[in-house]
Amino acid sequence: MSLNLPPKLAEIREDFDALSGNDRIQLLLEFALELPDLPERYRDHPELFERVEECQSPVYIFVEVGADAKVHVFATAPEQAPTTRGFASILAQGLTGLTAAEVLEVSDDFPGSLGLSAIISPLRLRGMSGMLRRIKRQVIEKSDQ
Amino acid sequence: MPVALDNNEKFDDYAHPEVLVSTAWLEANLTTEGLVILESDEDVLLYEIGHIPGAHKIDWHTDLNDPVIRDYIDGEGLSRLFSERGITPDSTIVLYGDKSNWWATYALWVIKLFGHADVRILDGGRDKWIAEGRALTTEKPVVAHSTYPVLTRNDEGIRAFKDDVLAHLGKALIDVRSPEEYSGERTHMPAYPEEGALRGGHIPGAASVPWARAVNEDGTYKSRTGLEELYLDGAGLVPGEDVIAYCRIGERSSHSWFALKYLLGFESVRNYDGSWTEWGSAVRVPIVTGQAPGSI
Repeated sequence: MSLNLPPKLAEIREDFDALSGNDRIQLLLEFALELPDLPERYRDHPELFERVEECQSPVYIFVEVGADAKVHVFATAPEQAPTTRGFASILAQGLTGLTAAEVLEVSDDFPGSLGLSAIISPLRLRGMSGMLRRIKRQVIEKSDQ
Repeated sequence: MPVALDNNEKFDDYAHPEVLVSTAWLEANLTTEGLVILESDEDVLLYEIGHIPGAHKIDWHTDLNDPVIRDYIDGEGLSRLFSERGITPDSTIVLYGDKSNWWATYALWVIKLFGHADVRILDGGRDKWIAEGRALTTEKPVVAHSTYPVLTRNDEGIRAFKDDVLAHLGKALIDVRSPEEYSGERTHMPAYPEEGALRGGHIPGAASVPWARAVNEDGTYKSRTGLEELYLDGAGLVPGEDVIAYCRIGERSSHSWFALKYLLGFESVRNYDGSWTEWGSAVRVPIVTGQAPGSI
């Protein structure tokens, strides 16, 4: 599948693609463990964050668009929700640093292209699509300001 | 030799006290010969971030389902799964998982289709074990493979298909989904858009008993009295009658099926795993909308 992804997302996709079965689970786990803590300035501001309703576990996202039009994605999810954390971490790492226009161009098929549907039920992957959709919407809102 | 039972006073009141173990009992029996612990979670990465020492993972999505047809694994599939985990027909299996054992009871139900004798649930599941500060490990157990026989899956008795439900209309049905799914306001569970159906509502005559009402705050099953209030006084079930439970794909209803079958002792209770994703999309089956059970 050619999705014409930005380099970081393309690299993540290739990493998943090179693995099979349980190793993909391990890679998703690594992403889950890498999800960074929220920076100090956002830690006490839950009102800024948007709940991703498509995910059963409580995951919250917040998008910052800088003066240079660069996007920064923040996400927080409970430790006991590693799959959700993994999805959030992939998007936070893959999208942060892109311009608003580049984020909006990311294919909505990206979550489905990671080859996870055989090992994680499709409905969980919907959660990641939900995150991506909400990130894009926040990018649009915040680029207009 | 089956492993000795947990003589917990709470369990004594249940119809089958032998199907539950407490966290304290399991902690004391972690290395007991003949005991195999299996973790079955909705979140398939949870086992990897830490599990009960010695526990093996069982993945409801990839281990229990046929990869192509909407059905469960066959006898060979189970034989492979169990052999890899060192299970023999004499093993005592203790299952636990996240979300008050929602997926652990689902796994138990599938295992019971094959008739494995001794399968028990850790009352309160993963969350209770962790809340009590008991040991976790990321180390995966290494065991010698066993030879588990190829058993025939027997769908009679505890599994209901759509035609069985049609023939059962007018008798006791328990709908364990959320009130919004039951009334037909929504065709899928909040946050589960992919598991929707074309029509909303419930099967005529089904009583609404959302599955989570069967558990206490700590995820343990309610006492016998609490469960009787819920299913007998509340939903109007009569002890001994035939019951079919359903939800959306048959996992939440496994949790209620377990309570009815083993804790209240209903002899004939079946889980309809096609559940609403099948019924709500099937042509010309009767559906009732709104909060009343309705009739056929």
